[in-house]
Parts: sequence; C-alpha cells; structure tokens
Amino acid sequence: MNTATPPVRAIKARRSVMESIRRDLKTAPLTAWFGMVVILLYAICAIFAPLLAPYGESEIVGKAYQLSSPENWLGTDQIGRDTLSRLIFGARNTIGIALITTLLSFLVGGSLGVLAALKRGLLDQGISRVVDAFLAIPVLIFALMMLAVVGKSLINLIIILALLDSTRVFRLSRAVALNVVVMDFVESARLRGEGMRWIVFKEIVPNILPPLITEFGLRFCFVFLTISALSFLGVGIQPPTADWGSMVAESKSLISFGRPAPLYPAAAIALLTVAVNFVVDWFLHKTSGLRDGH
Amino acid sequence: MHPVLRTVLQRLGLGIVTLLAVSVIIFSSLEMLPGGYAENVLGQSATPETVAAFKRDLGLDRPASVRYFEWIGNAVQGDFGSSYSGLSGSMKRNVSATIAPRLYNTFFLAAMAALIAVPLSLLLGAMAALHRNSWFDRIVNSVTLTTIAMPEFFIAYILVYVFAVKLRLFYPNSTVSIGTPFVEHLYRAALPAITMTLVIIAHMMRMTRAAIINLLASPYIEMAQLKGVSKSDVIRHHALPNAWAPIATVIAFNLAYLVVGVVVVEVVFVYPGIGQLMVDAVSSRDMPVVQACALIFAATYILLNLLADIVSIVTNPRLLHPK
Repeated sequence: MNTATPPVRAIKARRSVMESIRRDLKTAPLTAWFGMVVILLYAICAIFAPLLAPYGESEIVGKAYQLSSPENWLGTDQIGRDTLSRLIFGARNTIGIALITTLLSFLVGGSLGVLAALKRGLLDQGISRVVDAFLAIPVLIFALMMLAVVGKSLINLIIILALLDSTRVFRLSRAVALNVVVMDFVESARLRGEGMRWIVFKEIVPNILPPLITEFGLRFCFVFLTISALSFLGVGIQPPTADWGSMVAESKSLISFGRPAPLYPAAAIALLTVAVNFVVDWFLHKTSGLRDGH
Repeated sequence: MHPVLRTVLQRLGLGIVTLLAVSVIIFSSLEMLPGGYAENVLGQSATPETVAAFKRDLGLDRPASVRYFEWIGNAVQGDFGSSYSGLSGSMKRNVSATIAPRLYNTFFLAAMAALIAVPLSLLLGAMAALHRNSWFDRIVNSVTLTTIAMPEFFIAYILVYVFAVKLRLFYPNSTVSIGTPFVEHLYRAALPAITMTLVIIAHMMRMTRAAIINLLASPYIEMAQLKGVSKSDVIRHHALPNAWAPIATVIAFNLAYLVVGVVVVEVVFVYPGIGQLMVDAVSSRDMPVVQACALIFAATYILLNLLADIVSIVTNPRLLHPK
C-alpha cells in the first residue's frame, strides 16, 4: 500500500492545544474572565513583588499606625512598616506557601490514590480505612492540634496541611482512577506487557487529569483559606514574614477606631478565592456539562 | 429484625468505631512527635533529669496504652484531667471546669446561627430550585458563589465595620460572662451569629438547590406531572418523601461546617467560647486542653453526620416497604 492518492482536502484530526484554548476563551463567561484577570494580576504581584512594592517587606518607613498619605498609600502598620508594600509581598508569601502545600498534597494523595486503585487488595483497604478516620476530623481542628504538638513553624505548617489535605485528594483520585483501571485499554496495555510506569503515566493519568485539575483549584482555595485562618489565629505563618492572614490579626484592633485596616488584607484573600472559584465553576460547566442538571 | 432498625444499628456501630478511631488519633498525636513531646518543649539544652522530671509532672512517664484508656475512660465521664498550665504551682487547673462554661457559650452561638440559617437557606434554596434560571436564581447563585469563597474573618470585619463602628448598633467585641442575662447574651452574640449565618447560608442554599433540582429531574416526578397530578401534590407526595435524606445531609454537613467556622468567628469577636480556648491552648501548647477541645469538635462533627445518615435511613421510603 502506498499513498499515491493524496486526500482531497487535508483533514485535521484534532485541534492543536493553542487553538482549543483560544476557542474556549472565546466562549468563557464574564465571571470566568474576571477570575482569570484577577488571578493574572495576583501572579504578577507575587512574581514581581520587589519591583512593584514602594518599600521593603519589613522596612520601617515611619511612625506606627499612620493614616494613608502620598508616601504610604494605605498607611503604616503597628511598627511603622508600609501596609501597601506588605500587601504586595504578602501575595508572594501567602500564595506561594498555599501553592507548595497544595502541590505536595496532590503529589502524596494523587500517587497513593492511583496506587490504591491499581493494586486494590490489602493496601487499598489499609489506606482507605486510615483516610476514613482522618476525614472524620475537621481539617482546621486537626491542624490546630498538630501545630500544638509539633510547635509552630512554616515547615510544620506546610507538611501538616499537605498531609491532611492529601486525604481528600486520595479519595477523589482513587475514585476516578478506579473507573479508568477497569477500562479495556488498561487491560490491553497490561497484556501487552507494559510496566507499571507506562500504565500509570500513559494510560491512567491522562484520563483522570481533567477532574483532578478542577479539584486542584478547589483544594488550593481551601488550603489558602485554611492557612490564612491559621495565620489569623496566630499559629500559621509567623512574623516578620508579610502574610495576609497575620496582617488581619495584627491590625484588628484598629477597626474599633473606625479604620478599615484589617479589611485590606482580608479583601485580598477574598478576591483571590472568589476569582479561583469563578474559573473553577466555568471549568466544571465545561468539562462535565451536567452540573445543575441542564 | 426490621431492615430499617438493622441499618440504623449498623450505622450507629460504624459511628462508634469512627469515634474510637478518632480518639486514638487525637490521643496518639502527642506520641507521633519524633524525640518526644517533653524533649521538644524543653529544647535541646535540657538535661535528661529535667526531661524525666517534666515527664513525671505531666504523667507522661507511663506507657501510652495505659494513659489512653485512662484518658478515654475519664473523658466519657466528662473528666479531661488537669491542664499543663499552672502545673508546677499549688493550684491545678481542671480542664473540664475550664471547658464547661465555654462549651455552653459556643453551643449558644452555634444554635443561634443554626436557627436563623437553616430555615432561611432551605426556603431560599427551594425557591431558587423551583424558579430555576430566573433572575432571582441567577442573582442568588452568583452572590452565594462569592460569599462561599470568602474567609470568615473578612465577612466578620465587614459586619463589625458597618454595624458596630459606623452605625453603632452592636458592640465590636462580644464579651459575655457566666452572669450575663439571656437577652443580653442574645444581643451580644448577634453579630457573630449573623457572621456564621452568612458563611453557611451560601453553602446550604446551593446544596439545597442542587438536591431539589436533582430530585425534580427524576423520571417518577415527570411521570406524575404527565399524569396530571397538581403541582403541590407532586411536591408533597412525590418529591418530599425522597427529599428528606438530601436535606438532612445538607443541614448536617453545614452544621458540621459551623463547628469549624466557630473557631475563627470567636477569635474575631473575642467571644469566650471553646474555639478561642483551643487557639489559646495551641499557642501555649497545653495539650490536655487542646486534645479535649479537638475531641469535642470531632465528636460533634461525627455525631452530626451520624444523625444525618440516620434521618436519611429512617425516611427512605424504599426501606420502609421491604420486599
């Protein structure tokens, strides 16, 4: 067989990645656009923080509790640091820490979930029962307790939250992987004699990726809010690191004097989570199409 | 045995097993620390003698299994031992005595929030579901999606700023004590209760809406409509019997969420509840208090979920008529 007769018209088997992204963006609703723009702005803030911020992260620039002025747009905090600069650096610290934690949680939970779905048997039973017990305790309460045991530090915070959150990731990735493992193409790969690595990365992972990506957005929001709550309670990210949760706690006494100081960092947190939620919501609509039943 | 009774008993048994497993996890958290809790708190410069004395003071020198059964045995009877703080002094602080009045305050606040939030969100959720895709539904949908994503303290401080600082309707701090009269307590707890209501109402409403829409899409509802059954009869006789289970789940899920949200809200409003107690104990690493609080929170969480499961088993029409 040779290809002497060329096709009349070139048929494209599938759209390229860039094309489908462009198509999707065109149909994105207003809320999703809003979300994406906000996320982009936050990312720029986080990456270029030293260039954008007028002052350093813990640089003392004036008296404490100054009102907003041309030098300090949002005033100064309890020891005279510029609030706006701390907010911008806070983007880097708070988002960065939440991102690392979520990635770690997906690494642990995702790999255990896929492994449990593949191996089944005693391993699956063992992990699932332990995870069930952990799921029965609220994350914030458990995190508080573990921080009391091991003491407050950034590394402890990241590891504890990542491990606690990975129980949720485990549940989802196991459930979706279980649906894929029984498919014929996995069976045929097995019969073909493919190794574990091939089956996991070429057969299973590409098929469970869409739900996991949406879950990543939601888990990130959850981790981000939990870290902020813990920092607000004084047991999360410790000073002098600029962080939104602890900034709310540091400035909370000002509100009684009619100054909205704690509202700025709190709004920074709220805006990001709202934005991520809008994007995730759009994603869910797009990938499942059956949300809300219409 | 009646199948309903059997399923309920099975679920109860599972709940007790979960509770025991959680109590083991909470207790053993202290043992998980590499190097031990005493060594960790005292630091590297502590001599072995100091560590041993510290352990003896806290009762940590005995085997963990013995301590666990003693702890859980006493906890069931409401005795959580004595706090680590003030241990070396003459006065031993009893954990249960510290917790009891604060537990009352927390349940007061949670009950208040639940009494406002549950009927309101069920009503709003049902309305949004019945008038799906109307402007009401759309507005409610985007507003709730926004409030869900907000941290509790943001909502709390906005309320404080508007209602306590600008309008001066409430106090910014909700300080109450044992002698506070009921009405005064109600008034002072109003702002934190409203905060928590706003936090859970969004979740609850969306879940109610989704549950009802899901239900109304089932074939037997369509069948009833096609038969010409009136709209109210469809809802009362066909939809509602099957709706109790999802509604109970929604309520329990959100009340369990309330348990967690209470920690942050109490700290914002300086409300003397168990959440604030736990945060303080975490900062001072007072483990008996932390573990007691964690056990109470976890037990409430588990019991609420258990209750929802039992409601959905008991109201399940399919189980009531076994073949």
